[in-house]
Amino acid sequence: MPAVCLYFQVHQPCRLKKYTAFDIGRDHDYEDREENRRLLEKVAERCYLPANALLLNLIRKYEGRFRVAFSISGVLLDQLTVHRPDVLKSFQCLGETGCVEFLNETYYHSLSFLFSKDEFRAQVGRHRRKVKELFGQDGKTFRFTELIYNNDLAREAENLGYEVILAEGAEALLGDRSPNRVYRASGNEGGFGDGAGGRNGAGDGRGDDTEKEAGTGAGRIKVLLRNYRLSDDISFRFSSRDWREYPLTAEKYAHWIHGENGAGTVINLFMDYETFGEHQWAETGIFPFLEKLPGEILKHRDFVFATPAEIARAVEPVGSIDAPELSSWADTERDLTAWQGNSLQQDAAGILYGLEEDVKACKDSDLLDSWRKLQTSDHFYYMCTKWFADGDVHKYFNPYPSPYDAYINYMNILDDLSRQVKKEKRS
Amino acid sequence: MLVLMFGWEFPPVVSGGLGTACYGITKALTGLGNPVLFVMPRIELSHPFPLLTLISASDILNAASERKGPFAQDSLLPPSLLSAPLILRPYLNTRQSGGERQGPLDWPAESYLAAGEGYGVDLFAEVRRYGEAGGLIAAREAFDVIHGHDWMTVPACLAARQASGKPFILHIHSLEYDRSGEEINEGIFDLERLGMEGADKIIAVSHYTKKMIVSRYGIAPEKIFVVYNAMSHREAGETYRTRRAGDDKVVLFMGRITFQKGPDYFIDAAARVLKEMPEVTFIMAGSGDMMPRMIERVAELKIGKRVHFTGFLQGSQVEEAMVLADLYVMPSVSEPFGLAPLEAMMYDVPVIISRQSGVSEVLMHALKVDFWDVDDMANKMIAVLKYPPLAGELVERAREELKNLRWEKAAQKILEVYNSDSKSEMISRRQGRGDAGVLSIRRGVADDANEDSALILNRNKV
Repeated sequence: MPAVCLYFQVHQPCRLKKYTAFDIGRDHDYEDREENRRLLEKVAERCYLPANALLLNLIRKYEGRFRVAFSISGVLLDQLTVHRPDVLKSFQCLGETGCVEFLNETYYHSLSFLFSKDEFRAQVGRHRRKVKELFGQDGKTFRFTELIYNNDLAREAENLGYEVILAEGAEALLGDRSPNRVYRASGNEGGFGDGAGGRNGAGDGRGDDTEKEAGTGAGRIKVLLRNYRLSDDISFRFSSRDWREYPLTAEKYAHWIHGENGAGTVINLFMDYETFGEHQWAETGIFPFLEKLPGEILKHRDFVFATPAEIARAVEPVGSIDAPELSSWADTERDLTAWQGNSLQQDAAGILYGLEEDVKACKDSDLLDSWRKLQTSDHFYYMCTKWFADGDVHKYFNPYPSPYDAYINYMNILDDLSRQVKKEKRS
Repeated sequence: MLVLMFGWEFPPVVSGGLGTACYGITKALTGLGNPVLFVMPRIELSHPFPLLTLISASDILNAASERKGPFAQDSLLPPSLLSAPLILRPYLNTRQSGGERQGPLDWPAESYLAAGEGYGVDLFAEVRRYGEAGGLIAAREAFDVIHGHDWMTVPACLAARQASGKPFILHIHSLEYDRSGEEINEGIFDLERLGMEGADKIIAVSHYTKKMIVSRYGIAPEKIFVVYNAMSHREAGETYRTRRAGDDKVVLFMGRITFQKGPDYFIDAAARVLKEMPEVTFIMAGSGDMMPRMIERVAELKIGKRVHFTGFLQGSQVEEAMVLADLYVMPSVSEPFGLAPLEAMMYDVPVIISRQSGVSEVLMHALKVDFWDVDDMANKMIAVLKYPPLAGELVERAREELKNLRWEKAAQKILEVYNSDSKSEMISRRQGRGDAGVLSIRRGVADDANEDSALILNRNKV
């Protein structure tokens, strides 16, 4: 029975205020509260509220046959708790239907796994507790910031008790295999010479393991891979008049989905939730499209909707994913260059994570919170110089006039934080 | 396409960007197979190249039969131009700033056109005489199009147009409003507007300049085409940088110390930087009418120890200053294009440029500030000096960026302007973004002009 897995990423960063060299040592408040509030209100009205209302209706209408998953970053959950409890409530209402799964991620939507495993675990744990507290679900599915993925991460997620992890359906991971199947993470021990990790007690294998493995201990954690073509047809191309398929109707899209029929088929449509009403404005017809889509897909009797955890439980993997290199869902490269591609980004992250030990030694919750909020991946994304001259999608999401301005602002703030930490440490 | 071009200077004699731009444009146009007849007030030490013919206006006038009565083309000119003579230099704010020594960047003290002929240094009179020569030349040469650079060539272009009936394209490199702010010289303004109105098409060196032509001179935007300047590609990406000993950071201002260049904002920003980083050195290289006031300002702010005035630099001194600099700042109040930052980039020096400049339209890998935002300027200066990866990234990306700023592209666009029938803006904003250019200034350093095999075809002497 082919399944359609819809997962929406829901995230808003805490944007930083304009912070000059002359504020260093004088101002320890880094957030642009007004702007964050303004954008939160905007996206709540344009996207979260109408889309949640629509999904709730659909779930009720199809009586359990329509199901979706969300991953809501901790930084957004905090903002909603303070400023828009009504929006939070509407997500909780969705949760109460029993048809919605809430995934786990790093609380601060960070790149922490790349720099500090301790910090990574702390943030995942915090997010897991928060999701449990707000939605009453103990996380089964893990997704890392921007769908970043590699073997180490899969192993780490498995050790943390997750049953399934999400990744980009990149060619680097799949070769010529289809993203529309369930895979399992490769254990990969000893295969690539970094000697990291060991077996982590996860490698008792599976009875049906017929795969050729590079290493010995295949992991148990399953991997769902984003079908980027079908996902981006909605999130990027929906309103593009240059696109051959414009205008995209629910009928046409469902027809494409139905074309993927077959036993063990899982079509993973992963996208930003802000696609609905924010990236694709209401005027583009994105809401009516979403409203009609479940009905069109369910017209075909074989097809069902399922959440990642449900799929992991029900569908056996057909092979394994070996990912020695990091991948992500960003840009055409599907690598990490959007966040760590230039010396500015690497410098900023290096200095930030270099503070970890000292920040934690301070035992000051405000300092720790400031430090963690600076980890949000968006801050690094703003410093991306790749394609800067072309004025592409990066620009749309960038509150700074240039990546250099983003870096300067960030580094000034980081300088102030470093000084605070040093001062605290001395006293 | 045979071009009759009117300029005011040509390397190695340059007073700023204009001569270098004229060189880059003619070199690229002739390189694309278009012969250029280039008229200058007087020729000295110029080295032309194939398909370029240099014509000296003063030789033409000296050879012409004795002139009687008013200038032939005076009927075309505004009254403000014909009134009392005004002594000035076309690109210097200094009106009669007696006593100050000017180097080659500034307008030569003696007259080009009329030296020893009793016309003194009345520039308007020279412009009118040059205009008369323009009519004479147009009557005896064959060409397809008239291309004039800036207001000094307007009478010549109008006379040539009247004599030949060929289309006249006015190329605007800078405007009286750029040079003087609100205290404009009416005569120059009138001449600029006369030229713009009389021209069949106008080329502006930036959208910034185009906007000013529309708003200040009331010219229809459809008639104005933007063609960015460029730089000699040969030099792009070459690295001159050698590490100095010592950690003291150096911030460089290089240019005329005049209203247009915003030296006062540079000094105020320097004072702010020095409060945070007292070891930084600021160098102001150049001269101009605001220099005495700037020296006073530095004393007032008590930062004299950290701010050095070098006076006008030439030749190898420029290179030395560039090599010494950790940061170049162009805080111009109004800069039609602005080529100096590109030269700094060629020396692998990161740059901060004013947003009120044409060059900011083509440079992505430069830091940009509003000239009046002294805090932001100081903040960015500090950042470049304090966070080494910032300078590294800027320099590395700028190298790639410089490679795309080519005169050939500018020349191709100029040819499109020549050939366009309709008065429509062909050069869209989009095209203008990445592939436009900037010109390099060469102050006495060995360059293409000096190396090219000379083919001097001074027709007046043949």
